[in-house]
Amino acid sequence: MDIPYVVEARPDTGLNNAKLGIWLFLASEVMLFGALFSSYVLLRVAAPEWPHGYEILHVPVATFNTAVLITSSITMVMAFASLKMKDFAQYKKFIGATVLLGFVFLGVKGYEYGDKFLHHEYPSESTFLAIYFTLTGLHMLHVIGGMIVNGYFWGPGSKLWHTAPEQFTNRIEVSGLYWHFVDLVWIFLFPVLYLL
Amino acid sequence: MNEHADVKKHTKTYINVFLALLVLTAITVGVSYIHLAVPLAITVALIVASIKGSLVASFFMHLIDEQRPIFWALALTAIFFAVLMLLPVLSHLGGIGSPRVP
Repeated sequence: MDIPYVVEARPDTGLNNAKLGIWLFLASEVMLFGALFSSYVLLRVAAPEWPHGYEILHVPVATFNTAVLITSSITMVMAFASLKMKDFAQYKKFIGATVLLGFVFLGVKGYEYGDKFLHHEYPSESTFLAIYFTLTGLHMLHVIGGMIVNGYFWGPGSKLWHTAPEQFTNRIEVSGLYWHFVDLVWIFLFPVLYLL
Repeated sequence: MNEHADVKKHTKTYINVFLALLVLTAITVGVSYIHLAVPLAITVALIVASIKGSLVASFFMHLIDEQRPIFWALALTAIFFAVLMLLPVLSHLGGIGSPRVP
């Protein structure tokens, strides 16, 4: 027996299962990152002194990384749009670009972390560094998770297009929603940690 | 065919949103070089970030034409998120955690 509403929307909610599921998951992720942002606020407000982010972190490097993640968001949404236009070859290029941009983001983050460790600036050194590594580390894990999913849908997962194209398009829409959320978190993380 | 035209229209929107996001990123970084007073800097940074976030949510995540149950789920999340952000700050203002004066 097939699971209903995998592709077609439920008549009462207007949603298919995956779309409702991913939004509820993203709501939980808002609370996860919200808890850490809230911790950041409390730590900063209660601290006798707090450095400006730009005194400790590399703003130009992180600005470039912000542009990388924003670009990966547009390649992700274009991958979905390509499937809506039934252009599978175009989809492959865009989802591939999304994964590649993810690698660029991770590479830059790796350089930033490496630079910090080289100068013995570990999370244990200060409260600022502790919350910086926690927030960006958790975000980085989310980027890696998204890249694994996107990589699967670029590779072996893309076979589903040939047997169930609508279901596959839904899956890309849903993984796109996750990826945009990861971008959205960085949009707030970047100014909070680097610019203030 | 109608769907193709629809997607092409959406593609133009995506590109415009992408360009707007890049411009807003440049603005937020540019403003940071002015070294405003911390409360003003925080306000400006959060306003710009909220605009960017709204663009991503509305257009890339298609929230602008999403169904009602999603809105309700997100409205509930927003309320809880606001409580989560306010609680520690309010408790700090109330003096919880500060040393007792003998």
